[in-house]
Order: sequence, then C-alpha cells, then structure tokens
Amino acid sequence: MSINRREFLRLAGVSALAGVGGVAVFNKLQNNALEASEFTAGPNALNAKRWAMVVDMSKFKTPEDYKRCMDACHSTHNVPNFSNPKDEIKWIWPEKFEHAFPGQENPYMNEETKEKSFLLLCNHCDNPPCVRVCPTKATFKRKDGIVMQDMHRCIGCRFCMAACPFGARSFNYRNPRGKDANGQPLIKEENAAYPTRTIGVVEKCTFCTERLAVGKLPACVEVSNEFSKGGLVFGDLDDPGSEVRKIISAKYTIRRKSEIGTQPSVFYVIGGNDYAIVPEIL
Amino acid sequence: MLDKALKGSRGYWGWLFFLMGIMGAGFLAYLYQFKNGLGVTGLSRDISWGLYIGQFTFLVGVAASAVMLVIPYYLHDYKKFGKIVILGEFLAISAVIMCMLFIMADMGQPMRVMNIFLHPTLNSVLFWDTVVLNGYLFLNIIIGWITLESDSKGIKPPQWIKPFIYLSVPWAVSIHTVTAFIYAGLPGRHFWLSAIMAARFLASAFAGGPALLIILALLVRKLTKFDPGKEPIQALGKIVTYAMFANVFFLGLEFFTAFYSGIPAHQHSFHYLYAGLDGYNKLVPLMWTSSILAVVSLFLLIFPSFRKKEGVLAFACVSLFISLWIDKGFGLVIGGFVPNMFERVTEYWPTIPETIITLAVWATGFFVLTVLYKIAVTVREETAGIEIEH
Repeated sequence: MSINRREFLRLAGVSALAGVGGVAVFNKLQNNALEASEFTAGPNALNAKRWAMVVDMSKFKTPEDYKRCMDACHSTHNVPNFSNPKDEIKWIWPEKFEHAFPGQENPYMNEETKEKSFLLLCNHCDNPPCVRVCPTKATFKRKDGIVMQDMHRCIGCRFCMAACPFGARSFNYRNPRGKDANGQPLIKEENAAYPTRTIGVVEKCTFCTERLAVGKLPACVEVSNEFSKGGLVFGDLDDPGSEVRKIISAKYTIRRKSEIGTQPSVFYVIGGNDYAIVPEIL
Repeated sequence: MLDKALKGSRGYWGWLFFLMGIMGAGFLAYLYQFKNGLGVTGLSRDISWGLYIGQFTFLVGVAASAVMLVIPYYLHDYKKFGKIVILGEFLAISAVIMCMLFIMADMGQPMRVMNIFLHPTLNSVLFWDTVVLNGYLFLNIIIGWITLESDSKGIKPPQWIKPFIYLSVPWAVSIHTVTAFIYAGLPGRHFWLSAIMAARFLASAFAGGPALLIILALLVRKLTKFDPGKEPIQALGKIVTYAMFANVFFLGLEFFTAFYSGIPAHQHSFHYLYAGLDGYNKLVPLMWTSSILAVVSLFLLIFPSFRKKEGVLAFACVSLFISLWIDKGFGLVIGGFVPNMFERVTEYWPTIPETIITLAVWATGFFVLTVLYKIAVTVREETAGIEIEH
C-alpha cells in the first residue's frame, strides 16, 4: 500500500487528535480507577478524614511488649532482616526519650521517662516534606492523611530520606528477596497477602492501608490490644468522638519535632489522667 | 569539526586510552553495583547520600562557572576573553555530563529515570534540577559549537545565537541555585537549612571553576601551540580571588550564626566536621586540610605580586580546587547527615567499588573535555593571528 502526501498528512492529523483525545479519555477513566499502589476498599473498610495514632508508653511494661508490636508489623509487611544497621529496614522501632525527642531532654528529668523506650514510626504528617520533595510523586498523601509510597514508581533517589525529619524511611540497599550470609532468607516467613519489595526503592510504615481496607486495625495496634488496652490507639483525628481525640483532649501529649511544622499524626502521651476532662461535645 | 578530534599526537591518544581504561574499570564496578544494589557503597540508612551526590553538587558549580567568562566577554565587552570563552563552555559541557552520570550512579532504580518526565512534579526541587541541568547542557553545546564553527570559518557567528548566550547567564546561576535548594529547603537538617546556602554555592563555584580553568589554560599553553594569553589568565585569577574571599566569608557567617546563637542542633554538624562528635571524627583531618588549603590559596591570591607569577598562581589554584572539592564534594553532604534524626552519629566512608565508579565518572568527564578541547585548540591553532569577533 502506498499513500500520497495528502493522505499521509491527514492520517498524521487524525492520529495526533486521537492521541490527545485518548489521553483525555484515559484521564476520565482514571477518576474511578485506583490511585497508585492502593488496595480496593472492601464493604467493611475503616474510613476516616484523618487517621492518627496515640502512643501511651506507660502501657508497655516489658521489652517483650515492644517486640511483639515490631514483629507483628515487620512480619505482616515482609520487612527483611539484614542484621546490620547500615542496610537496616524498619517500619516501627523503639528509641529512648533523648533520641525520640532530641532537645526535649534535661539532665534532671525523672529516671522513668529518661529510660523509657518510645515506639517510633512514620508520623504521616499533614504537611509531609517527603511528599514535597519526591520528583515522581511516588510518595503521596491520601485523602485520609496517610502518606503512601508507590514501590513501582520510586526511582530510588532517596531525596525523601534526606527530607524526612523523623528518620522514618528505609532504603532497600540490598535485594530484600535474597538470602543472608548463612543462606537464610532475609524475609523469614513471607506473607503471601502482602507484596515484597524490589531492590533500590524506599519504604516505610503505611498505617496498614491494606488492613484498613478490609476493616482491620493496623497490625501493631491489634497486637498491642492483646497485652495493654490503650498502649496504641488508632482513630480519626477529625472526629471529636473518636478514642484518639478523647485521649488527646484529656491528657498531655507531645509530637516529635512539632516546631518544624510538619504536623505529625502520631501523638505521645506523657502524663495526665484517663479522660480527665471530657469535652461537652461528647 | 569533529574530525579535528581524530587527528592527534601519540600523547593525545595515549591519554584517551588511559582514560578509557579507567572508564572500563568503572563500568565493571557499576555492573557490580547494579546487580548487588547500593549496599556495595558506604551509604546507609543514616547517611543516604555520599560521594556520588557530593561530586554531583561540586560539579554543578564547575559547570556554572563558565558564566565567569561569558559575563565579562559578552556583557562587558572584555575582548581578551574572546579566545578562551570556549574553554569555559566546553568545561561546562563535560561537568554537566559528569553531574548526570553521578545522578545515575546514585539511583536505586536507574531504569526508571524517565519517571521524572512521565510524572513531572513541580513541587520537587530535584525535578527542576533535572530540567535546568539538561537545559544548561543544551545551551552550552549549541553556543560552543556555533561560535567555534564560525571562528574556524573566520566569520561572525549568526545573530540568532546571541539570545542563547544571554540566556546562558541567568541559566548558569539557576543551576547552582536550584542545586542549593535541594539542601536548603529540608526541615530538620540544620546544617543545610541556611538561607545563605545558594549564595555560598555560587561563591565556591565561581572560585573553584575558574581556578580549574586557569590550570587547564596553563596546560593548553604547555601542550599545544595555542596560547590563551597572560592577561586573560590574570583576569581569571582576580575573579578566583574575589569569589574565594566571598566563599570563606560566607562560611564564616555560618559559623557565627551556629555558635553565637548557641543552638546545639545548629552546631552539631560543625562539631562533627571540625572537631568530632561523640568520639566520631573520621572527617576531621579532611576538613582541616580543606581549611588550611583555603587559607594558603587565599594568602597567595590576595597579594598581586604573588598572583602575577604564573607558577604561584597555578599552585594557589590547585590548593583552592582541592580545598573546595573536600568542602563541597564531601564534607557538605556528609555533614548534613550527622548527627542523624535521632541525634546519633553514624559515619560514612566510600567503598572501593564506589571509589572506582567515582573515578570513572571523572575519567569520562576528562575524556569529553579532552576531545572538546582538542577541537577548540586545533581551531585556534589553525586561525592563529586572526582576530575573532562574536
């Protein structure tokens, strides 16, 4: 088949229009499509305007309590164990007061607070610097406040790691699906219900979006309820009747590095009584 | 004009093959890194950027420094720079190519690099840096090539190139400003969170880049029949002196703010770099080397009687270049990560594969630079004695 110049131009014009139109149609379809790297919400899905967590360390008594929360998270999400701090990947972990809240410590503070370990995780900030700096929108904020990460889009530039003021992000410096020096798999027991990651991408806590989508609480919260009611509380910060709001309005809570304006969604209970002042609106 | 790069002396080819040897070694090291991940480098959860990003940052400055020749020549009609502007533009091309290679070497998923353009993110400084660096590369290739081609034919460059030349002036400033913004806009990184960061970057760029140009110009004179001239080299020497003075002054301002305010978080990185923190002091000898070399070079540059001796000038420029390379290509990036977000100290040192890859990127840069300079110098040799006019 041969085409003359006029036909060629016409074809080219039509193709160009189809190209532009195609993009428009595709964008329209996207309204109903999932955002990158999300789970389809089921009929029992938990929803919120802004998810938040309250961490009350007084409810954690033994090192075993901390370990159970970490293990629950890391095994659910196939977090590999590289057994060295250099390549380490962690989503939730304990730090002493002076490392969790640097600058807040003083030499005379009570031993208990000083020696207490605080569970740290991604703060799911209202104003997240990691989202601001990502050059590909691989990390983004959902409408419910959760800061998510698309593992298939991440180019591994690690700008988000430099930007996060909370050291919440880990990079897959080595293949997480591989084996350690002794031939043991880095992911001890793979959870087939959750994806493993590829080498060279950044990951962090997701507030268990995949569990919220099927009506379950985050893994760490669920397991903490087994040994300490109220150690980790999860709920909607926007709802005045939610458990998290009740605690925050009744007790003295602090957030990590609140002075830099990222507005973390994780609150730490430092003192006060249970529901000391119950707001009238309840 | 490319054919001019294909005819050269034994030394020329020997040098190119030497560079290719390093590039080959670096390629193998990169394959190793590509397969095993960035875990083969010294990078860690706490120090997530290191030598690669440091070199990138430093070389953006070298690239931007071409403007120190363009401004006097095209905006102030300083005719003496006429024959060497091309050396600055070609240096910029090779520096930008090195920058891009260092970014690629640092990426965890280099095959996905096009995601930057598939999902353009206007709020990301890194997106803008990609845009301005590519633009700057394009500008310097087109300006350098068109003006040199005209010179080789003994004619004036076409009028349409002028807007590109004028555009390259603010563009050069933009590449280094945007690169500084990568650092200066991060909450929680006190060492980088400084309003003077971009100004400091520009000052060090306008000192380090022209210092390298002086060394290169002296080499060109020694190795070829083209003499860049005594006066342009002295003029560059003055530029280096002023810029270096500004750079050291800006660094002093950082010290003042950190230590007079007495805010511990602002002092930690300085402590780590110059004295050690919590018993960790791997970078201290390097940073003091940088400081001493800075003082030595500045002393030699400030007095015209020293600066006018080309041997002394060359020595001062080498000292200055090494000083800035340590300060900006290494200390600045690592210092920002120490202490980490939990006020703990993790140290960093490049590994052997990382070092080989770094050397290979520099070798690639010098390869491109050698070929481009060969072309430029051959044109100058062939048209010796003819006045050029742009």
